[in-house]
Amino acid sequence: MKRLFRCVALSVTLLLAGFPATAQTPPNVLIVGQIAEPKSLDPHAVTATNDFRILVNLYDGLVRFKDGTLEVEPALAESWEISEDGKTYTFNLRQGVTFHDGSQFNAEAVKFNFDRMLREDHPFHDTGPFPLAFNFSTVEAVDVVDDYTVVFKLSEPFAPFLSNLAYPTGLIVSPTAVEQHGKDFGRNPSGTGPFRFAEWQSNQLVAAERNDAYWDGTPTLEAVVFRPIADANTRVAEMMAGGIDVMVEVPPDNLAAFRGDPNLQVHEQAGPHVWFAILNTSEGPFADKRVRQAANLAVNKEVLVDNVLQGTATVAAGPIPPAFNWVESEVEPYPYDPERAKQLLTEAGEANPKVTFYVTEGGSGMLNPVTMGTAIQADLQAVGFDVAIESYEWNTFLGKVNEGLKGKADMAEMAWMTNDPDTVPYLTLRTEASPDNGGFNSGYYSNPEVDDLLAKARTTTDQAERGKLYAKVQEIVHEDAPWLFVANWVQNAVTTANVQNFKLQPSFLLQLKDVTK
Amino acid sequence: MTAYILKRLISLVPVLFGLSIIVFLVMAMIPGDPATAILGSYATSENVARINRDLGLDKPLIEQYFIWISNVLQGDLGRSFALNRPVIDEVLERFQATLILAGVSLVFCSIIGLLAGVVSAVRQFGWVDRTVTFAVLAGISMPSFWLGLILILLFAVKWQLLPASGMYAIYGGGGLRDLLLHLILPAATLSVVAAGIIARLTRAAMLEVLRQDYIRTARAKGLAERRVIWRHAFRAALVSVIPVIGIQAGFVLGGAVYIETVFQWPGVGAMLVKAISTRDILLVQGGVLVVAASYVLFNLAADVLQTMLDARIRT
Repeated sequence: MKRLFRCVALSVTLLLAGFPATAQTPPNVLIVGQIAEPKSLDPHAVTATNDFRILVNLYDGLVRFKDGTLEVEPALAESWEISEDGKTYTFNLRQGVTFHDGSQFNAEAVKFNFDRMLREDHPFHDTGPFPLAFNFSTVEAVDVVDDYTVVFKLSEPFAPFLSNLAYPTGLIVSPTAVEQHGKDFGRNPSGTGPFRFAEWQSNQLVAAERNDAYWDGTPTLEAVVFRPIADANTRVAEMMAGGIDVMVEVPPDNLAAFRGDPNLQVHEQAGPHVWFAILNTSEGPFADKRVRQAANLAVNKEVLVDNVLQGTATVAAGPIPPAFNWVESEVEPYPYDPERAKQLLTEAGEANPKVTFYVTEGGSGMLNPVTMGTAIQADLQAVGFDVAIESYEWNTFLGKVNEGLKGKADMAEMAWMTNDPDTVPYLTLRTEASPDNGGFNSGYYSNPEVDDLLAKARTTTDQAERGKLYAKVQEIVHEDAPWLFVANWVQNAVTTANVQNFKLQPSFLLQLKDVTK
Repeated sequence: MTAYILKRLISLVPVLFGLSIIVFLVMAMIPGDPATAILGSYATSENVARINRDLGLDKPLIEQYFIWISNVLQGDLGRSFALNRPVIDEVLERFQATLILAGVSLVFCSIIGLLAGVVSAVRQFGWVDRTVTFAVLAGISMPSFWLGLILILLFAVKWQLLPASGMYAIYGGGGLRDLLLHLILPAATLSVVAAGIIARLTRAAMLEVLRQDYIRTARAKGLAERRVIWRHAFRAALVSVIPVIGIQAGFVLGGAVYIETVFQWPGVGAMLVKAISTRDILLVQGGVLVVAASYVLFNLAADVLQTMLDARIRT
C-alpha cells in the first residue's frame, strides 16, 4: 500500500513539474474573445453582430462608416452620384483592388453580389438563405456600365440605402470563390479586407492573417484570432488569465473589477440599440394612452440602468437612440414619478390594471431580460398594476411576439440594434407594419402623422432634413408611448494594456486594421 | 461470445431507429423552427415562409422524415441549417473532442475510484476511508460547472499553472503535451462525481469479497497480503463494479455538456445544446444518433469485459 502511494505521489510531482507559466498570447497576434461561434463567414448569410465583428475585417463594402460615426464614406467605391429622383445610384469603383483569392474586384463582381442575394434565378442563390436581403428590397436592378462603373436602379427613393451598403449585409464577396465553393463558401471566405481568412477550427477559433496587398494600408498586426467562449464567466477568467487580448460585451457585474485593474483598459461607446417593452395598444389597459404614460412614469429607469445594468446603458427617451447624433432630438426620457403615474391611472379609470408581461430568457441584445423584467414588474406593481410574467426561451418568445400580442399579452420585452434611424420605426411603429402584413408592429400602434413622417424621411436624401423629420417622430412617439422606453445599450470592451489604437465604433462593429500590440 | 456480440450489435439498429423517430417528433413539437432561429429578430411570417421553402421545411412531417431516413441509409446525414455545413463533418469533428475528454475522464475516474475503493475497504475506517467518504459526499453535492469555474479561477487565473479553456493553445499550439495540459482541468471536473461513485461501490464490493471463505483460505495458505488483495479479492470485486463503470460512461458523456460549456471544449454535448436552441433538426438527429450509438457500444464493452472476468456469467 505504501509503495502504491509513493508511486502515485511521484508521478503527480513529475507531472506538475512540467508546467510552464501559461497563457501569454503571442506577440503581434491579437486574440479576440467572442461571445459565440460564428454561423458562417458569408456576410450575406448572417444576422448576428458577433459574426459581423469578424466579417468587417475580411471584407469591404462599396462604402463604410466613417471612424467614430454612423455617417458613410467611400470604401470600394471612390465616389457616387444620386439622380434627382433618388432612384438611380451610380458608383465609380476603386481600381486595382484584388480579392484574397487573386481575382479582380470590378463592376461584374458587385453585380454578382447583389444578384445572388436578390434574384431567385441566380445560379448561386441556393448558397443562402439571405435573411437580411430585405435591406435591399428596393433594388430593382444592378447594371454594369463598364469595368469600374456600376449602377443601382431602385424602385423608389430610399434614403437608408447607403447606410445599408455600409452595413455588413452590403460587404462584397469574391464571385470566383463562391463559384468555386458553392454552398461551402461560408467556410472558405474570400474578400478584399485587411485580413485574409486562414483557418476555422469549429468552436475553437477563426484565424485571419494580414493582407499585405490591402488597398488602404497594410495592418501592423500579423494575424487576428477570434476565439468563441460561450460562457461569460470563462471569458472573464480567460481575460484575467491573459489568454485573450480583447473581450467584448463585458458582463456588467465584472466591469467594475476591470475598471480598477491597471493592466486592462475599458472602452465604452454608445450604440444604435434600444431596449423597450412593446405595449398592446389595441386592447386591454394599454389601449388608453394615459395608462401607457403611467407605465413609463412608474418604472425607475435610472435605477435599472445604474444598478441592474451596472452603468452599461443609458435611459432611453424614445425609439431613436442618441447614437444617431445627426438626429437632433431634444426629447428627455420620462422621469421617475410614481405619484403622477397613479394620478394618470385614476384619470383613466384603471386603478388596478391587470397585465400579462412576456419576458424572455435570453436573446441577442436583450441584456439582462429576466432581472429587468422582474424589476419592471416590481415598479409597476408599486403604482397599482397587477403584472403576471410569462417567460419563454428566446426562439419560442420570438415566435409568440412576432405573431402579434392580440389575445395573448399586454406587454413584451424587445430590443433592436440597427444602422439607420429608419429601420426600427419603419418595421415596428408604422400602421402598415402589423404582424398580419409581415411587420413587427406587434403592439398595433397607429399614428398617421408618424406614418407620413417616416415615409418622407425615407425618401429624402438630405441628411439635415431627415434629421429634423426623425426628431419629430421621436417627439410624437415619446408622447404617444406605444412602448415602455427603457434603455440604450452602451457597448463595452476590455483590452490588455499593450493593445494600442483599439476603438469601439458606434456601429458595434470591430475594426481591427489599425490595432497594434 | 461472438454470437452474443453480434446479437447485441444488431439490436443497435432498432434502438437508433426508434430514437430517431422520437427526436424528430420532439423537435417538431417544440415551438419555433429553424427559419425563425436563423432570422432571429427579423423573423416576419413572410421571411420565415421564404426560408422554410428554401430549406424544404414546408413539406409534411412524415415526408421530411422519410427523405431524411433514405438519405441516412445512403450515408448522407444532411446539412446543418444553422451552420451551413454537412452534419457528418460537424458531428465527427465534435465527437472526436468529446471522446477524448470523456475517454480520459472515464479512465481517470475509474483508476482513482478503484484505487480509493480498495484502500478504503482494506483499511476500513482508517483515515483514507474517512477522507474518501467525505470527498465522495462533497463531489456529489457540488454542481460540476461551479467546480469547473473554481478550478479555472485557482489554476488558471490565480496560479497561472494551466490554461483556462479550450482544447489546444491558440496560434502555435497542437501536439500531445498541449492537449494534455488543456485536458487536466476539464477531465478532473468531469471525473469527480463518477470517481466518488465508483470508489464507494468498489469499497462495498471489496468488503463483501474480503469476508469470503476463500480469502481466509488464501491467507491461511501463507500468500502475501498484497497478492490476496489484488489477485483474488480485487478481481472478484471488479466483476460487480464493471457494469457501474459502464453506466458512468453514459453519465460522463452526458455531464460533458456542462464541462464543455464552461471550458469551451469543442465537444458534441455543447453542439447538441446549441443545435436544439437553434432548432437545427438534422444536426440534433445526427448528434443524438452518434451519442446513443457510442453509449450502447460502451455498455456492450462493459458487459463483454464482465463475462471475461467471471466465467459464471453466461451470456
